[in-house]
Amino acid sequence: MAEPLGFFTDTTVCIGCKACEVACKEWNQLPSSHGGAPTLSGDSYDNTRQLDGLHWRHVKFVEQFSPDRADGRWLLMSDVCKHCVRAGCMEVCPTGAIMRTEFDTVVIQSDVCNGCRDCIAACPFGVIGINPVSNTAQKCTLCYDRLRAGMEPACSKACPTDSINFGTIADLKKMAAARVGQLHERGEQRAYLYGADEKMLGGLNSFFLLVDKPEVYGLPPDPKMPSRNLTPSSLWSTLGAVVIGLMGIFSFRNRGATARRLEEDDVERRRTA
Amino acid sequence: MYPRSMADSDCVMVMGSNMAECHPVAFRWPMEAKTKNGAKLIHVDPRFTRTSAMADIYAPIRAGSDIAFLGGIINYVIDDQRWSTDPFFKTWLVHYSNAATIISGEYKDTEDNDGVFSGLMEYKGGVEDWPYNGFVGEYDSRSWQYARTRMGDQGRVAATAQSGEVTTTRSGTQADTAKAPDGPPYDALVKSLLKPPPERDESLQNPRCVFQIVKRHFARYTPEMVERVTGCPKDTMLKVARTLLENSGPERTCSFAYAVAWTQHTNGPQIIGCAALLQILLGNFGRPGAGIMALRGHASIQGSTDVPTLYHSIHGYMPAPSGLKKHDTLREYLAIETLPTGYWANTPKFVISYLKSMYGPAATKDNQFGWDWHPKILGDHSHLPMFVAMADGKVKGMLLVGQNPATSLNAKLERAGMRKLEWLVVKDNWLHESATFWKNAPEVKHGDIKVQDIKTEIFFFPSSQVAETEGTFTNTQRMLQTHFKAAEAPGDCRTDVWFTYQLGRRLKKLYAESQEPRDEGFKNLVFDYEHDDARERERGEPDAMKLLKEINGYYSDDPGRHVATFGDLKDDGSTTCASWIYCGVFPAPGQNRAASRQPDPPDQRGAQLNWGYAWPGNRRIIYNRASADLQGRPWSERKKWVWWDEAQQKWVGYDVPDFTPTKPPSAKPKPGATGMDALGGGQPFILKPDGVAWLFVPTGLVDGPLPAHYEPAESPIQNPFYKQQASPVLKYWKRDDNALAAIGDTRFPYVITTYRLTEHYLAGAMSRWNPWLTELQPELFIELSPELAEEKGIRNLDWVRISTPRSQIRAKALVTRRLRPFTIDGKTIHHVGMPWHWGWEGVVTGDVVNELTSLVGDPNVTIHEGKAFVCNVEKVAGARNGVV
Repeated sequence: MAEPLGFFTDTTVCIGCKACEVACKEWNQLPSSHGGAPTLSGDSYDNTRQLDGLHWRHVKFVEQFSPDRADGRWLLMSDVCKHCVRAGCMEVCPTGAIMRTEFDTVVIQSDVCNGCRDCIAACPFGVIGINPVSNTAQKCTLCYDRLRAGMEPACSKACPTDSINFGTIADLKKMAAARVGQLHERGEQRAYLYGADEKMLGGLNSFFLLVDKPEVYGLPPDPKMPSRNLTPSSLWSTLGAVVIGLMGIFSFRNRGATARRLEEDDVERRRTA
Repeated sequence: MYPRSMADSDCVMVMGSNMAECHPVAFRWPMEAKTKNGAKLIHVDPRFTRTSAMADIYAPIRAGSDIAFLGGIINYVIDDQRWSTDPFFKTWLVHYSNAATIISGEYKDTEDNDGVFSGLMEYKGGVEDWPYNGFVGEYDSRSWQYARTRMGDQGRVAATAQSGEVTTTRSGTQADTAKAPDGPPYDALVKSLLKPPPERDESLQNPRCVFQIVKRHFARYTPEMVERVTGCPKDTMLKVARTLLENSGPERTCSFAYAVAWTQHTNGPQIIGCAALLQILLGNFGRPGAGIMALRGHASIQGSTDVPTLYHSIHGYMPAPSGLKKHDTLREYLAIETLPTGYWANTPKFVISYLKSMYGPAATKDNQFGWDWHPKILGDHSHLPMFVAMADGKVKGMLLVGQNPATSLNAKLERAGMRKLEWLVVKDNWLHESATFWKNAPEVKHGDIKVQDIKTEIFFFPSSQVAETEGTFTNTQRMLQTHFKAAEAPGDCRTDVWFTYQLGRRLKKLYAESQEPRDEGFKNLVFDYEHDDARERERGEPDAMKLLKEINGYYSDDPGRHVATFGDLKDDGSTTCASWIYCGVFPAPGQNRAASRQPDPPDQRGAQLNWGYAWPGNRRIIYNRASADLQGRPWSERKKWVWWDEAQQKWVGYDVPDFTPTKPPSAKPKPGATGMDALGGGQPFILKPDGVAWLFVPTGLVDGPLPAHYEPAESPIQNPFYKQQASPVLKYWKRDDNALAAIGDTRFPYVITTYRLTEHYLAGAMSRWNPWLTELQPELFIELSPELAEEKGIRNLDWVRISTPRSQIRAKALVTRRLRPFTIDGKTIHHVGMPWHWGWEGVVTGDVVNELTSLVGDPNVTIHEGKAFVCNVEKVAGARNGVV
């Protein structure tokens, strides 16, 4: 395997230009939603709204202003598949369509995907969606075809301010740590890295520099693998079955009482009328 | 300056621009300055935009109050202790600017003249045949001149001064043409134009010296007044002023970036001039990371002014021959338009080489090089007056290439003009609004105008896209870069240059047999750029390299020999050169320097001299002699750029020195000399006749020698600074369909500004047909604050009606705290904003925002005021997102 590759996205220099979204669509030939004419979202400048099968890059716009505007920021962030080292989508895929590449990235092979959508539910970041053209689950491939040809992904290539950085994970981590240090030195104490270390799903091969809580950017503070839920969810299923059974018994017992009360109400209404 | 140089700035002030959104690629350089050097980024704007999101300081101001804000900073700087004592600033003031020059005793400033400058009078310019110049008044600039002598200014001066529309404020020296000797050679003519040098007071104490006038002029621009007029808290303004001053000096430089939010006002050039005045005070010109970045709107809009599509200018910023000036003979033109001192003393060489390029061998000394064949202008033939004339039925036909006026200013009026044309040619990539206004415009859809009543015959020519065309771009750095054809255009699509070339060829054929004297020009016009490639020749495409050669220049009797530098141009017809400023880009056959792509090694200081070719003479920073002190030493190691090398006895540095290469810093001006010899070794601003930067502008601007705050043509308040409300010489075309709101009109209480979004491009022809872009911004919206929304009962995404005295349109509400109400002159003034990309054609459609704007223009360059006007906003009853 080659050295692991990925993205480091520094949100503090993102200007929200969406060049990454367009470059991604152009290279990967992804159609627009609603034929290019969706309705206005009303949510700041975000009209594509999410990552899904048609949007493999998505720029988020978070407006934070106090009523008097004494404090104000507009957080901009280009979101993408995290290419998790321990990837939930891979774990649940029943057909083996999702593979780990020689670059340590996670790619869905469209010709093997049967469109079952299990991966969509399994991704803690909500990255995957069905592409209506192919009817298969799709997401960022980190431009696997470009990587194979020795080129950098389309989005990072198009990024005018180097908010999206592409490289080996080792280099990116060094760059990211230096940038956090620089921001701290210049007084931006809120800067931190999201997903750069192994604690989060073994590490995200696409990690971020943020200046607010992950939730503010729509990111889970503590993403989990779907298998983590297996034991507790089976317990809940058993308990649920018992409860439903009991409810059935109680509802039959209650039925007579309910019917009587309805009749009384009916009589009362006719009297007042 | 140029974008990459902004990476060397210690502070970048973006004002009159939303650089991150509208110039995202160039914005990488301010971002690099920020991340690598810790530079401060300041954004001054009515709206909190994606640029503000990146800024260290965001200063909100009401649209149209820019001069008040900048004037406040100037006043702060002049009062500052460090600024007054630091020798760096002193040198700049006394030696590199005209601060010491004495102004005529007749001059009266706005402070002493009821808010206007001396010389204001009724407009008397223009001719009967062309009553569309639009001036509401004009200035006689005689009293603004240097004492004893009139300083002409040429090149990039007011279009209206070059054209001769104004009767007294003109470019050039206004010589007595009768006394000027003829040529060639024209050395004697140039010499005859010499005037005594202006008086100076280097102690800067004379009350009539420029410095004292400037100081008095801005004394009332106090922090309190700034807050009252702009709505920006005074502490924020002071923080901006402090930051700029802290980052200026021998070791540090500041840059400004502006775009059309400074130009689209009735006093746009004065706003830019105000920033220039401040940057001169701060010593921020000709140095790395310093200057004023004019962000251009298109890839090659710089090219379109260099080799111009402008009415008032011929190639290389020379005044167009005008029927409004004494331009009857070539001699008279040269006498009026040549400046005897500074680089423009070479004007005869540039003009005659240009005429040779027009008329080739037919242009000889005996026929004034074809002077009589050249067309002359009659007045303001720019966009706004042309459409007014059209609406009056004065224009027969129009060729429309790369414009969409059906969605342009006071759009209904412009469409009314287009309906009066006999014929219209639209050449574009798509059938946009200007190609379909006759069937799909709102007035046709609503039945106010019937299709059968429109007599205009419309032709549509499908266009090639840029990647299907070979040629050069000239970017905002004045840098030419060749681009090659990447793909064949489909079907009948042809390039724009194909269209012009074929049209010219056909016209020449039509006139070939004419015996009329007026057709001599067409008959003698040299117009042969046939492609060497057989396939292109068959398609009728001209050869871009032959055009570049024509622009660069060659020797008239040996066309295979290119002119290597504009220093080699001659005034006797022996050289042919379409645009002197581009001379050197193609110095020899096979050596197209616009195609060079050799970057400097990484991390090495340099000017990237082998990447493309920047005019003039491949200089990257203009006036770069100012990067050295009076003795020619770099101001500091950190800001080193060009300096005097004592051993080699010449100017050296990272860049091409923008100065006479071997003139030592100690050289004194030669008495009685013309041209560059009239300037000393310590006068860096070589295109100015006195070699210094102008704080006070005696010639060149028609609306005043200094910037003064005037309200926009439509404003919610009385001007708190002066009795004079708006510019007394602005351009306005008074018509029923171009009405303006009165001052403080309660029917139109809100300030509105219009702008672009990253996701779209201008009138939309290049973005509204691309679904990848349209899905990012699908619908027209109006941005308004929650405070105004609450007052008007408007919720996010409600349909809203926006009205002005001209028209009304609908848009969806985008309620956001990025907009804010301002407190202006004690009143709460709400501010709204609208992007203007939509129309009725394309993948996404929406109302035309320019239905709201008016035809009112700046008096220097006739640019409209789309950035600040007034409107009303009402909720459309019962309408929600998607439903009306």
